[in-house]
Formats: sequence, C-alpha cells, structure tokens
Amino acid sequence: MRFVDEFRNEADVQALAQAIGGVVTRPWTLMEICGGQTHTLIKYGLDRLFPEQVTLVHGPGCPVCVTPLELIDRAIAIARRSEVIFTSFGDMLRVPGSSTDLLSVKAQGADVRMLYSPLDALKLARANPDRPVVFFAVGFETTAPANAMAVWQAEKEGLENFSILCSHVLVPPAMEAVLGSPHNRVQGFLAAGHVCAVMGYHEYLPIAEKYRVPVVVTGFEPVDLMQGAHMLLQALEEGRHGVENQYARVVSREGNVPAQRLLREVFEPCDRPWRGIGVIPQSGYALRPKYARFDAGKRFDVDGITATEPAECIAGQILQGLKKPHECTAFGGRCTPEHPLGAPMVSSEGACAAYYHYARVR
Amino acid sequence: MSGKTVVLEGPSCPIPIQEYPHILMGHGGGGRLTQMLIEKMFLEAFRNPALEQLHDGAVLDVGGARLAISTDTFVVSPLFFPGGDIGSLSVHGTVNDLAMCGAQPLALTAAFVLEEGLPMDGLWRITRSLQAAAEQAGVRVVTGDTKVVDRGKGDKIFINTTGLGLVAPGVAVSPRNARPGDVVLLSGAIAMHGIAIMSVREGLEFGTTIESDSAALHGLVADVLAAAGPGAVRVLRDPTRGGVASALNEIAAACGAGICLQETAIPVHEQVRGACEILGLDPLYVANEGKCIAIVAPEAAEEALAAMRAHPLGREAAIVGVVTEEHPGQLLLRSRVGGLRVVDMMSGEQLPRIC
Repeated sequence: MRFVDEFRNEADVQALAQAIGGVVTRPWTLMEICGGQTHTLIKYGLDRLFPEQVTLVHGPGCPVCVTPLELIDRAIAIARRSEVIFTSFGDMLRVPGSSTDLLSVKAQGADVRMLYSPLDALKLARANPDRPVVFFAVGFETTAPANAMAVWQAEKEGLENFSILCSHVLVPPAMEAVLGSPHNRVQGFLAAGHVCAVMGYHEYLPIAEKYRVPVVVTGFEPVDLMQGAHMLLQALEEGRHGVENQYARVVSREGNVPAQRLLREVFEPCDRPWRGIGVIPQSGYALRPKYARFDAGKRFDVDGITATEPAECIAGQILQGLKKPHECTAFGGRCTPEHPLGAPMVSSEGACAAYYHYARVR
Repeated sequence: MSGKTVVLEGPSCPIPIQEYPHILMGHGGGGRLTQMLIEKMFLEAFRNPALEQLHDGAVLDVGGARLAISTDTFVVSPLFFPGGDIGSLSVHGTVNDLAMCGAQPLALTAAFVLEEGLPMDGLWRITRSLQAAAEQAGVRVVTGDTKVVDRGKGDKIFINTTGLGLVAPGVAVSPRNARPGDVVLLSGAIAMHGIAIMSVREGLEFGTTIESDSAALHGLVADVLAAAGPGAVRVLRDPTRGGVASALNEIAAACGAGICLQETAIPVHEQVRGACEILGLDPLYVANEGKCIAIVAPEAAEEALAAMRAHPLGREAAIVGVVTEEHPGQLLLRSRVGGLRVVDMMSGEQLPRIC
C-alpha cells in the first residue's frame, strides 16, 4: 500500500532505533500527544526499541478519553428520549458514563446509530423530518471541520431537526496545561500530525518559545514515530527548542486555511472541562450565537446534568503523562475493557487500552 | 456497565448480570462477551462432554460411526452482498462448521423465520441460491421449518441450518490438540467477508468492489487431511465472527500453549487492507466465511500447505505462525517492524475510530 508500507519498513525502523541509541546521552522524557500515536508505539512494540534513558509518556490526545463524564451523561439523557435519533462515531458508544453507556442504552431500546461522518447525520435528518437527529460532535481539531460543515450546511438548508452535542477540544491549551503543571516531567513533544494538517504548526511556536521545549510534528506510522523521536532527542541533546516538522508530506506551517475559516465561522473557543484533568481555559469549541439553535445541550435542556468521576480511576494522571497505565492499581484487575473504570480503557485511542490489548505479554 | 441492580428469581445467573442487565450487540460479536455468554450461561446450563469441547460442531459416536452435528443461524444484513447472499451463506457456514470437525457433510436442515411483508421474489432468489450452494457442496436439504413473525418483529429473514456429517476413521481434530512446535496454516487472504458486508451496509465506497469469500471448505479440508496423513492435522477452525484473532485466541486458551503469528506472512488483499486502514479496523478481527485455519504437525506442514494451494479455494494459503511453549494461552504477533505484541481477544464489537 503506497504511503503506508514505506512507513512500516523494519530496516528503516531498526536503523532509526540505532540512530536514537547513538544520540541519547542523558535521561529524557518525551510525550506523544495523540492516542493514535500511543497505539502505534505499543502495537508495533516500538517502545521497546528506545534506550532505557528515554521515557515515553502518553498525552491527553484521545478525544474519547477526555470527553467529560457529564457530557456522556447528557448524551445518554438525549439518546433515551423516544423521539430522538442519536448518532455518534463508533468510539464513543462504549465509553462509560456515570451509570451506563450508549451501547447499553441502545440495547434498552434507544435509537442510537453509529455513523462515519456527521454529514450522514444530516442525511438522516432530511429523511426523518418528524424526528430530531442529534450528532455527538466529539474530537480534536481533526474532526471539528466536518462537524462545522454539518452545522453550516444545516443552517443553509434550514434543517430544524438537526443538532450537535458539542464536545470539541483543542491541543495547544492542553500542551500548556501539561507544561504549566508543577508536576510536569515532559521535556519534549511529538505533536499530532493530523491536528497540524488542519491547523498548521504555527500555533506551537509561542508554546515552544515560552516553555523552551522542542516540539516535533509527527505522523502515525512506525517510521514516522521513530524519526520524530530521533529529531526530538537530537534537539534535546543539543539544547534546542522550537518546532520541527517530521510530517512534511502532509503538514504545512499554515495548515488547511479553508477548514480553519469554516471553524471560525461556526465555533468560538470556550473554557472546557477535560475528563480527569479539569477545566482548561479556552480549550474547547462552542457554537457561535449565530448557530446556537443547533446546540443539542440547550435544545434538550441537559446542560444542567453534572457528574462525579469514580475516585479510583487515575485517567487524569495518565493523560497528563504523570503515570503510566500499568502503574494504576486497578489496571487489568478492577479495570478492564469489559468493566472499565475510565475511558482510556475502552477508547481505541486510550493509553490503558493500548497497554491492555498489546502489551500484556505473559 | 449499568450500576442498576437486577434482582432475579430462582437460581442466580452466573453472568455478572449487574454489569450486563441486557444483551448487547457485542454478545454476538465473537469476542470476549460472546465467550462469556457461552461459557457462563449456556455451557453452565447444558454441560456435557461433547459441548465442553467448544468446537464448531460436536462429534458423537453413533453405532460405531462418528457423526458430526453443527448448527448456525444467519442474520446477515443486507440479504444480498457482493460475493454472496444469506441463502448461500447459510449453506457455507454450516458445511464449514462440519468441515472444521474433520467431517464430510451429508445433509442439512433449513429453518426460515420470515417477517411479514418480505417480498416473495426476494425469498425465491434466496431459496434458489441456497439450493445452488447445497448442490455445489454435494449436500441435500432434507428437512426444514417455516415461521412467519409480525412486521417489525424480525429483520426480513433469518435462516437456521443444521448439518450432519461423517468423520472418517483416524481423523481427530480439536482445539485442544495443538502442541508446541505445530505450524499454523491459513487457507487464504483474510477479512474479505466482513469488509464486503460493511461496504454495502454502510454505503462506503472504496473505488473497488470487495467481494465476500463465502465458500464451502469441506473439499479443501479433505485434501489437507489426506495430504497431511493420520493425526497430523491437530486443529481446524474457520475464523468467522471475531476473525483470525478470536479463533486463534480460543485455540490458544483450549490447548494451553502459546501461538505466535508473523504479521508479514498473513495474506490480506490490498484493497481490504486499505479499507481497514480507512475505517480504523484490524483485519485480524474481521469476519471470514471461506477461510480456514489448520494447525498441523511440523513434519506435515509442507504437504498440508501444498494441498491447500492446489485447491481452488486455497491458492493464497500460507504458513502464518507457530505454536509455542512460551506465553501459554496467549496469541502474539511479530509485527512487520520486528516488535512483539499481544493479539487480544476482542472485548465487544470492533468499532471504527473517531480519527
């Protein structure tokens, strides 16, 4: 497969592992921001190819994991209404809310449907004019443009039975939250390539400058990650900070400008709670007043629903790189994909799921 | 995952029912939830030596003959898909379950649950397809049943087939028979059925039509059994729901040994791999309906492989792994970049990723 197989080449990966071994002289702690990158690292066993001095910690870049508990409870409350067709990406269906999850609600009779695109929710709304169709708009800057497009299109068409439960989060404020924490141990970032494909990487330049850290925009294949890590470790060893771009085949400095224009048209930044982490200022997207009538939270009056996290789950510490999944006392025992305490154990981008599925070698 | 407590009267259900007060789709996905349902509920209720084998079918001694019996219910949507339909599939599925017991299929039953309003011409097409598949497989449909349910109480049509077959003397396959040193063979490229179904169900277009691999495998299996020689074929399994990963996990658990796959050796067609990449699915967990896994003694591996490749349904057969003493009960995979990782039993259904 072109543009995939080249980046899963064993000889290239091993050569980069050797090069990394040749560069590292001191202990370093790196964070890959995106859960997709965490999964590549663990699934391909790349984490075992690094020298012992290099610690890889896993970042907050799993949209499913950081969706607040109350938003899942709100989604469930909307989905339970008999008139509603509730739609979502597959990932969100299994994530536990306070007392249940969307798949279980579906099993009890709710009309919950898995979609591949928010534009499919528009099709459903057109085909079912007498029923409200709600899309669970979850994700980072990667999925936000398609969701913005769905809202923009609904407004243009005057589709009154379509709305979104908006749960978008933004990467740069999360990086600042990690770096600004008194417990921070991250010395360099592998930035999420697909986020940068939309937003460019110019947003990271002030962060790299303010906290004097190197950031390498990195892709998702094994060779990408090894090359990104090599670039990052070289920068650290040489005392450089700033932003470098490993993923130049996809990412430019300015990113996808028309997509950014659409995002600005439909959304505005807002303060946003992250599951397990807390409120990060200006780290989410809310619908602008012009599009407020497409806000499912308001339309179904569920904004007041609040929730409390289970005390035992340390997902927040894992998402900030403060702990690794196997350092959790509940990992693999009281917390499994069948009986999860937190979202990182069930999300296909969750760090706990990566360790549970790929790394429990007996 | 619900915190709601369910109070049941009578003997208590061994499933942790507080967590699963309702059946989820994942209970039929072929992964860990399915396994839990079978082992904790059905096996618990019906326990007997034949059922405890947890094989694709049961082999019973009847008057000196070894009779294989297997049953399967087909609920596929849509009813017609690239490479097949529910009629032919309901023959292939049961014939293959018999074949995986090492049996030569003899006869089938066919039971139809029809939903009020089902177009008669569609039912006729399905019936003709079932008939053609049975003829091609050399099995007769000898009895059956018809029920009609109210509109909205079924999904157009469900078909159950039960098959009877005869196991030849000297053939003894069971998931428990695999032992360290044995070789894992796969009869061809994986994940075609699941992706073919998904492409029509979800209206996805991949720029090329991916066809289901639905086919009857008893001829291929007979050739492999003959080529490998007595006792050399230890395990046969068709990796349907839950795919190759779930089938091999079950075998590893049953035999108590480890199984290690070589990722680069596993045949996956380019367009299937591309579709899986786009959807964020792992082809190892995607369903197949015309492929078999054979675990054979190392000394017979080349003969078995040659027999597979000589059969029209096994041209892309490959040796994909070995049974090991290490990692007992686990399935591992040597990745294409040289790393070693666990291939776990699927937890529920495989759900496409957000990004």
